[in-house]
Amino acid sequence: MPVFAPPAADRLGVVLQKTPLDALHRRLGARMVEFAGYEMPLQYQGIIAEHQACRTSAALFDVSHMGQVEIADPAGLERLVPGDIAGLKPGRQRYTLLLNEAGGIIDDLMVANLGTRLQAVLNAGRKAVDVAHMRAHGLEVTTRFERALLAVQGPQAAEILPEAAGLKFMDAAPLDVAGIPCIVTRSGYTGEDGFEIGCAGEQGETLAGALLARGAVPAGLGARDSLRLEAGLCLYGNDITEQTSPVVAQLNFALSKKRLAAGNFMGAAAINQQLANGVETLLVGIRLEDRAPARAGAEIQHGRARVGEVTSGCFAPTLQAPIALGYVAAACAAPGTALQLIVRGKPLTGIVTALPFVPHNYVR
Amino acid sequence: MTQVFFSKDHEWIALGDDGLATVGITSHAQNALGDIVFVELPEIGRNVATGESCAVVESVKAASDIYAPLSGTVAEVNQAIMDEPGLVNSGAEDAGWFLKLRLADVAAVSTLMDRAAYDQYLSTLA
Repeated sequence: MPVFAPPAADRLGVVLQKTPLDALHRRLGARMVEFAGYEMPLQYQGIIAEHQACRTSAALFDVSHMGQVEIADPAGLERLVPGDIAGLKPGRQRYTLLLNEAGGIIDDLMVANLGTRLQAVLNAGRKAVDVAHMRAHGLEVTTRFERALLAVQGPQAAEILPEAAGLKFMDAAPLDVAGIPCIVTRSGYTGEDGFEIGCAGEQGETLAGALLARGAVPAGLGARDSLRLEAGLCLYGNDITEQTSPVVAQLNFALSKKRLAAGNFMGAAAINQQLANGVETLLVGIRLEDRAPARAGAEIQHGRARVGEVTSGCFAPTLQAPIALGYVAAACAAPGTALQLIVRGKPLTGIVTALPFVPHNYVR
Repeated sequence: MTQVFFSKDHEWIALGDDGLATVGITSHAQNALGDIVFVELPEIGRNVATGESCAVVESVKAASDIYAPLSGTVAEVNQAIMDEPGLVNSGAEDAGWFLKLRLADVAAVSTLMDRAAYDQYLSTLA
């Protein structure tokens, strides 16, 4: 599971980074925790209330720990990802994956075509690895790690952000929000309609203040995790790693047929071989029958044999039931399959469930 | 008058007139845990030693063990918090109690803190 340890001020030599919104979080009474080397808000008034705010109105998340980078050369990026980047039209964004030669996932990222350049948003814990990997393969990458990145998510997001109401899901555009120059995409990590809004770091707090004044509810990493899990979205480091491929993670939608046929990206041979021959394990959603959650690391059994392990698990506030993601033997991956998840030595029944657990609510 | 004692693990224990000691977690503990969504309680009749894990609480994000503040035998558990775990958040030091113990040694409460000492202890946890 994600490391949500309290800030380790007493840990010698560890200096946690702060986002441009750090002072605002403290004024709002956030409980701060360490995540991916940053001090981040875990929650303000409570995970469940913040989760519900996102599902029913609009929540504001600080995701400035994620890495914004600019890339001038789409063809260069295409050599490292299985997605169609050359075919990404100006003003559009796409989810893609940096892969290693074995087809393992170095990171998952959003890439937007801003007309003059590409913008990519990288996971906080992976940005140094990603940039080194891209540069080692001849890509010119301009880091914009000092920028702020906010997410407004929920059915009322477009009312909070009327400036961006003309965008559709996965559109991207430079826009002024509350008079601040921003790069806005209509996307997110909650399954709800919403926007991610990048701006200069020094203007981040002003932007956040404007969005809060319009009625967005501040929400922390705790709600972000339960929301993304309900939406069936993978968390890098838990559900996908360098040891898992997009085929076993069931991210085939991110594999361009054209690019697979051409085979001209790192990891293509391994991915094509997995698609042709099948794989031994698959990432599945599991809904538990009782109230006890199964967490990352819990063993998964079928019959009495070990068939896999949970990679993410939480109590889903929307469903009022525990849910999990985990890798299981391919023979046990069909929806409806009953599995046993071992929690504190006891088997809990879980049923393989098609993802997402909670339907997406995107504006296309 | 009921006497209440506190452990460094943020459990409270109240000595009742019936010879049973009621155990729960403190208001500070429930606040630190956040929204509680599941509670697992021990079997009645189980013997627990001081410091032994005797219950589990799950918040949205994580599981935490609850430790027996003193040794004894589990005489009763609070079914209400299994049905409605949020009671632990809303009433940690009353309706959200966990279990009742028949203490092995009532005098052992002297190893615990009283309210004033616990409040002082909390103030040292920055």
